[in-house]
Amino acid sequence: MTDLPKAIDSYTKSLDCVHCGLCIEACPTYDVLGLETDSPRGRIYLMRALAEERIEDPYSIRPALDRCLGCRACETVCPSGVQYGQLIETVRSEMADRWPEKGLASRLRRFLLTHVVARQGRLRLAFRFAWLAERIGLRWLARKTGLLPATMDRLVPHVPAGRFRRSLAGLHKPKGEVRGRVQLFTGCVMEQVFGDINQKTLTLLLDNGFEVEVPKQQRCCGALHLHNGQASVTHGLARENIEAFSGDVPVIHNSAGCGAALAEYGEVLGDEDAERFSARCRDITAFLDDVGMSATPAPFPHRVAYDAPCHLCHAQKVRRAPSDLLRQVPDLELVQHPDSENCCGSAGIYNILQPELAGEIGRKKARHLIETGAEVVATGNPGCMMQIRAHLAECGSNSRVVHPIELLLADRDKS
Amino acid sequence: MLSTHMQDVLRQLQDRFGEQRALVAPDELRAYECDGFTIEKGLPLAVVVPETTAEVQWVVQFFNTHGIPFVARGAGTCLSGGPTPNRDAVVIETARMKAVLDVDYDDMIAVVQPGLVNLHLTREVCGEHLHYAPDPSSQSVCTIGGNIAENSGGPHCFKYGMTTDHVLAVEVVLPDGRLAKFGHPSAARGPHELDLVGLFTGSEGTFGIATEITVRLSPDPECVYTMLASFQTMEAACGAVSSIVSAGIVPAALEILDQATIRAVEASVFRAGYPQDAAAVLLVELDGAELAVEEDAAEIRETFRTHDAIRVQEASDPEERTRLWKGRKGAFGAMGRLSTDLYVLDGVVPRTRLVETLQKVTEIGERHRVTLTNVFHAGDGNLHPNISFDGRDEDERARVLQAGHEILELCVAMGGSITGEHGVGSEKLSHVPLMFDDADLDTMERVRRVFNPRDLCNPGKAIPERSGCAEVSKWPAMVEHVLRQEEA
Repeated sequence: MTDLPKAIDSYTKSLDCVHCGLCIEACPTYDVLGLETDSPRGRIYLMRALAEERIEDPYSIRPALDRCLGCRACETVCPSGVQYGQLIETVRSEMADRWPEKGLASRLRRFLLTHVVARQGRLRLAFRFAWLAERIGLRWLARKTGLLPATMDRLVPHVPAGRFRRSLAGLHKPKGEVRGRVQLFTGCVMEQVFGDINQKTLTLLLDNGFEVEVPKQQRCCGALHLHNGQASVTHGLARENIEAFSGDVPVIHNSAGCGAALAEYGEVLGDEDAERFSARCRDITAFLDDVGMSATPAPFPHRVAYDAPCHLCHAQKVRRAPSDLLRQVPDLELVQHPDSENCCGSAGIYNILQPELAGEIGRKKARHLIETGAEVVATGNPGCMMQIRAHLAECGSNSRVVHPIELLLADRDKS
Repeated sequence: MLSTHMQDVLRQLQDRFGEQRALVAPDELRAYECDGFTIEKGLPLAVVVPETTAEVQWVVQFFNTHGIPFVARGAGTCLSGGPTPNRDAVVIETARMKAVLDVDYDDMIAVVQPGLVNLHLTREVCGEHLHYAPDPSSQSVCTIGGNIAENSGGPHCFKYGMTTDHVLAVEVVLPDGRLAKFGHPSAARGPHELDLVGLFTGSEGTFGIATEITVRLSPDPECVYTMLASFQTMEAACGAVSSIVSAGIVPAALEILDQATIRAVEASVFRAGYPQDAAAVLLVELDGAELAVEEDAAEIRETFRTHDAIRVQEASDPEERTRLWKGRKGAFGAMGRLSTDLYVLDGVVPRTRLVETLQKVTEIGERHRVTLTNVFHAGDGNLHPNISFDGRDEDERARVLQAGHEILELCVAMGGSITGEHGVGSEKLSHVPLMFDDADLDTMERVRRVFNPRDLCNPGKAIPERSGCAEVSKWPAMVEHVLRQEEA
């Protein structure tokens, strides 16, 4: 080819792939659909063809690219080191600009992500309304009238009471000796839906002797926007977060999806400040495993399966820490779970955008978890918790789903 | 633009299989235009994903009726263009037919569907200390159906034989849509029957589509021991291989990686701790009864010493062994670190002429200014020179093809062959006449016509088309005539 295609960022990344195909079996969508177009190698090939202007109608390859979960299991097995996650996000962003998705739903999604999720004040307000709506029975009504399908109803969590949605902003000091200081990232939806886990994370850090600063000005991490092809929104949020978390202490996060996004600010923004910030970000389990727990967790005499969130094991490469910590819980029996590192189908808001495929992947995960005989499933990402919870229930299991840190507390009833 | 007739055919296909199991949009079909051999491409007319034998039959009959060629595809990891569509063929994707249908643990036999991943079969039976022996380097993704089409090999085939030695029976959808059964699980290749399983295995998808495959399982060896020796020269590494084999030791595998390969592997996720200052590493795996393995290991250690090995690593626990192997198995993909494209060659030479051949291969590479690395099954003399290149550079691509051509000529001149395990596909069609004369090729062609009289099943593969062979071109009509008479 003499006429070189336009230099698009992603193009060079697509060239790292030599088409060996060792990735395809790691891909959850290939596993279900059996299509090359729905495998990492196939998607890379299509993205490369797009950059080389060999694709006549970009809209026709869009469904295959949209069906990618972004779980990045392919990166773990790729011998060429293709940075697939960054590749597909760049291409999604390019596509959103040049060949925007049509339809009301996608416009609504973009609007919500930009004007609600990215604005914590509005998000808090929205959740207050949602809580009220649930209280006066609107959700019940929606379910009864079929407006809210049963599968969705199982997936969407109930809005917790106001005291669990409060901001934790401020400086918190431990009772005893101080081992060090950290900052805590509390997330956007995480704060509103899983506020109790943020509180428990805080308690756990305090119990283990850390001073915890929760910056008030922190914002949403921007991961969902990046997955949705809205790179510029992510860039803005990233800059605000870097400013909010000034200093040089570790930035602790407890949601694998957010953590992966924070860890990539350096790559996404490409400047030194961002790189320094990214290097400070640590998942709570990786951090605790490193520094060691000084407070012994309360005994937990149950069989527990650890399910690894993709954005923790594949994106952040945190593999052993959660299990290592769980093994330190007295009486806890950690069961074998060979399917642990396969995606559960949650993938941000994928389970809402691609309910059928996500459902199939979720059911498979639930079946594997049931086979382990675990009474409790621990996984460190809110999306995965919701997805696994919904599909375990659908498959008739009453196993509980918790965040690993919930099992590490010295006094589980306290917080 | 497609003719109205074709459009109608595709519409019928989508009506039958739905949009997710029948792709027809040309842009989506791009993903199917090549396998691991990316130099030659061919866009399919459509891709269809059957889930049952009956559906495969339906598809084959349907396209046979319309005179449209078709080709079966598994994981698309073939390295010779086997499943790359020719003449606008329709791709029949077997990835959804991946069930293990039956396992007989006592008789050590498994019946599987063609889309089952090679390694998944071993995973299924490993609890009973069994495994499926042929282990292509892509075994974590490639399918048994594809292995049969190409008669795939792998590192352990030095001791345990190729795919053909492990296939007992196949159920085949013939190119006209009829279902045939070759072989028998209890008496493979009995003296009373023609060895059709043997013929079918390695026919590169031109004799029909296997829909049910009965394979032999092998018991796990009592003990496995892996040794990795590094050498300062390639000559020393090859010398060690010759000494080991001529001493009468039959290791389970004997693999050599050259320095460039070692460095690429060490920079990848398949990092195995191979010493990067070595000119070559030799990976030897021994298996069998513990005493015998120990005895062989001692002798091999001595061989390493006499051939001036600079470092020897040994591993007996599974985790460490897997790590030593990981580098070898991921070597192909790791080449992505060297350039944008990769051409994996597959020539065979007599083991005693390895050193001489490798020297000449290096000369060819230098003469054509191409980046050449070597990783190979040394025990079988099966070379895999890998040429890394930028496929967008027309001139470089031409030099790569020329170098590849000369390397294969060299292998034949050395008394070897143009393919050890990757098949002819479309890649080596022009090299086939280097090894076979007209009478040989006529015979092959006639055999193919018996199975595939209309040449609709994976056309343009394995056997080069030759002009001026009147008898061959008469064959399809004759066969059809005879078949029709038989049916009537």
